[in-house]
Amino acid sequence: MKYIEEFQDPALARKLLDDIRATVTRPWALMEVCGGQTHTIIRHGIDQLLPDEVELIHGPGCPVCVTPLEVIDKALEIASRPEVIFCSFGDMLRVPGTGRDLFQVRGQGGDVRVVYSPLDALRVAQENPDREVVFFGIGFETTAPPNAMTVYQARRLGIPNFSLLVSHVRVPPAIEAIMRSPSCRVQGFLAAGHVCSVMGTSEYPELAERFRVPIVVTGFEPLDILEGVRRTVQQLERGEHTVENAYPRAVQPEGNPAAQAMLADVFEVTDRAWRGIGVIPASGWRLSSRYREYDAEHRFSVTGIDTREPAECRSGEVLQGLLKPHECEAFGTTCTPRTPLGATMVSSEGACAAYYLYRRLDLEQKTVSREGASVV
Amino acid sequence: MCLAVPGKVLGIEDRDGTRMATVDFGGVVKEVCLEYLPDLQVGEYAIVHVGFALQRLDEDSARKTLELFETLGLLQEEFGDPWEPAEPDANGRTEQPADAGDGAAAQEAKR
Ligand code: SF4
Repeated sequence: MKYIEEFQDPALARKLLDDIRATVTRPWALMEVCGGQTHTIIRHGIDQLLPDEVELIHGPGCPVCVTPLEVIDKALEIASRPEVIFCSFGDMLRVPGTGRDLFQVRGQGGDVRVVYSPLDALRVAQENPDREVVFFGIGFETTAPPNAMTVYQARRLGIPNFSLLVSHVRVPPAIEAIMRSPSCRVQGFLAAGHVCSVMGTSEYPELAERFRVPIVVTGFEPLDILEGVRRTVQQLERGEHTVENAYPRAVQPEGNPAAQAMLADVFEVTDRAWRGIGVIPASGWRLSSRYREYDAEHRFSVTGIDTREPAECRSGEVLQGLLKPHECEAFGTTCTPRTPLGATMVSSEGACAAYYLYRRLDLEQKTVSREGASVV
Repeated sequence: MCLAVPGKVLGIEDRDGTRMATVDFGGVVKEVCLEYLPDLQVGEYAIVHVGFALQRLDEDSARKTLELFETLGLLQEEFGDPWEPAEPDANGRTEQPADAGDGAAAQEAKR
């Protein structure tokens, strides 16, 4: 049992934990917004090391998980066309659409390629002028600027056979939707560090004030998470609700202005459906009218798709923090990473996958890992 | 996919009017676009996401993060053969039942 050794600096981890224990006097529910943070938390059992009073609720911050089924189905449809080379990040390949996924399209002869960067997809377009190259543009504020730059470059270099299937999402409207939900239990947020590297922190004070909720910008390593929890709990115990930056090594208050300018040029804010959650107003981006010719939906006019969600998948509740993955009937039985029913079991940032890979299915372990921690 | 990884700039060049760099991520070298951090210099560190440098990082914290990612196998996940981690049972790991009480550390030790 060596959770704490893995934190690299056991002494600091223990100090942070001691500090949290000394601060907390009553129960608090905090939501980590980002799926990368969920992964760190489950992988290291951070939720188990924390005092019982501090509950971590997993948020909707996994771009793969929240991409609506309808968009996946459009991707499958476009990728099946013989003239198309469909490029995507690797983790979208096994996200189930209605009845199949991109892997199966590839097995059936579709030209589906995995790229590391959207610029790689642009290069594929340059090298294959007689084919249509479509890039699957999903992700939050961290991924949107690279994709925006790629569309900008396609226009600048005059590459006509490139387009983007866009399904970008924004964090602040999701926080608002979570706080507005009648079943909301969240009392503080660990905001996603890399989203803030791009967007800065200016979108959050208004939300913190309106919902009287502390928002602490937090990184992704175990020590970052503990520090984020410590600062959030401190605020809650003092009755404060401000925006704090616990990830200053990667987040400047103003974010990355060049990236923000490109976002404003290439995209415009739109309502977006989140898989399992529904439409959240102003929660996404689409290509602005100036770049409409690079919109794959426009270019391929995909319509009439019969989209069906598997009824037994409860990922919508998981993504809103209303249900823990192992409380889903299908978890580990009909739904596993090899045969996923929902995207939250596919993506490496999905809560269901994190529980499946790293977590026992019950909560009795809390005691066990506590003992483990105290041995260190 | 949302993981952003720190890397060190080895060289900078202009390609088709775009400022590009070769960046070292603890041994893996990749092409990275510098358009969003135009004044980044050779020898400096930045946080890189899907081929774009997004924010400067000081050397010390970059090194620590890289070491941690290395220990956790996250670099492999991010830069390994893209078909491999996505294949249903490429490494057999996905079908391993999560062990009661073992958590990450034990899982790691078993590999
Ligand atoms: S365990 Fe599977 S079926 Fe249940 S919510 Fe998660 S992804 Fe959906």
